[in-house]
Amino acid sequence: MSDRVSGGTSAWVHCFLGILTREMLRFVMQRGRFLSALVRPLVWLFVFAAGFRTVMGMSIIPPYATYVLYEVYVTPGLSAMILLFGGMQSSLAMVYDREMGSMRVLLTSPFPRWYLLIAKLVAGVIVAVAQVYVFLAIAWFWEVKAPAFGYLTALPALILSGVMLGAIGLLLSSMIKQLENFASVMNFVIFPMFFTSSALYPIWKIEESSPLLAFICRFNPFTHAVELIRFALYNEVAWTSLAVVAGASLVALAWSVSAYNPARSAATFRALARNYTNGH
Amino acid sequence: MLGVDGVSYAYGARKVLSGVSFAVRPGQFHTLLGLNGAGKTTLISLITGLFHTRTGHMAVMGHDIARTPIMALTRLGIVFQARTLDPDLTVLRNLAYHGALRGLPPKVVRARALDILERFALASRRDDPVRTLSGGQQRRVEIARALIHEPSVLVLDEPTAGLDPAARTDIVALVRALVAERGLGVLWTTHLFDEIVPSDAVTVLHQGRVLFDGIAQELAQAGSLGEGFRRLTERVAP
Repeated sequence: MSDRVSGGTSAWVHCFLGILTREMLRFVMQRGRFLSALVRPLVWLFVFAAGFRTVMGMSIIPPYATYVLYEVYVTPGLSAMILLFGGMQSSLAMVYDREMGSMRVLLTSPFPRWYLLIAKLVAGVIVAVAQVYVFLAIAWFWEVKAPAFGYLTALPALILSGVMLGAIGLLLSSMIKQLENFASVMNFVIFPMFFTSSALYPIWKIEESSPLLAFICRFNPFTHAVELIRFALYNEVAWTSLAVVAGASLVALAWSVSAYNPARSAATFRALARNYTNGH
Repeated sequence: MLGVDGVSYAYGARKVLSGVSFAVRPGQFHTLLGLNGAGKTTLISLITGLFHTRTGHMAVMGHDIARTPIMALTRLGIVFQARTLDPDLTVLRNLAYHGALRGLPPKVVRARALDILERFALASRRDDPVRTLSGGQQRRVEIARALIHEPSVLVLDEPTAGLDPAARTDIVALVRALVAERGLGVLWTTHLFDEIVPSDAVTVLHQGRVLFDGIAQELAQAGSLGEGFRRLTERVAP
């Protein structure tokens, strides 16, 4: 007997749109989250970058054809930071949903679990990418301007980077047993990922002071997300970064889907079991 | 229509279900009666596909939950013990989200939602955020939500937990009316004897085993249901 969702392809689309609508509503309704998502990169751009440009000498490095202001250099990194926080925020929401029980509503949908998780991930990415464009629009008025066509070519880079960071967040959410543990995980994931990357300084600059740190930066998938976005904003493709981001996305996605399958993953399964049967 | 056959389950070394079998029939209010820790919620997690087990079989309307989970889940309506509505979203938005998760077109969901909310006396609250509703009203919304995709079997895990007596009576009456009107098969887990009437089908689950599977009045025999239950469970060593 075949096991199919009735309603054909449109049923899958309705399911995805339902998940997307909920993600968007949640984002818009949580004003604090909305504001902090926007204010965080702007503070970096307006305050940190403005102060830092005087101490940071930039040489001409690809994809830039000329000397650029530090604000220009840091903008792709801050765009990636929005995606990073977006991914982690979705991850936090997954843990919260699991503790509150609403995860059960999602996971008892007749659609396959991999589809539900990917739909949730993609919905989170769409919300995060929209935030990046709002940030880029404000940066544009701050004289941080990429070629006009670059804003279009950056879109696939932003989506792919968002998927990678979202998938890493999803994987983390499957590993985090309790909501209380989340803050420490954020400290051990977000900050190291952000600071050991090319988001704030070019790797050649880091290499001057610490070859080891530069080595770590080169292996950090976040560096490749930043570079993918940076080159895409200037209508170029950073092929190595593209390969790393795509590869890391696939690995994290496959791993997290498998981790959310209680038949396969003992650890997640025990965490779920404890949450579901708490007190019974 | 809901068949559970020889189902066992363990959390690591701790066995929580052992050879559980029973069947819920159409138009039947079937109670899964057991104390806290009897294994009721674990069983519900298995029936709803949240957990998997290799021991035993479960089927909804003939669709095996392990082999054809999509077909089985499509015919199953679920009300979990924990509150699972999104408190910040409106009643209607919650129902729309659930309908989408079942792959239903928004127009169909809206029409059905308005219909059910009217029936459940919640039409005037449809645009209110769920958090502004009382506990009893939230439960009614959860039952309404479970009916959006027109399931054949409704599974409710201790749906009256945490409700005041009036709201409890209201929820029990509502679900019984659904059984009578729509011919739904209902699996209702509880540890409260006063939610059961003599003609109900009852499965007593105790320490993960089925001690009784029959009609409530047979369990009560001459005395009350509570006495019958105690007689049965006292024979089992803890």
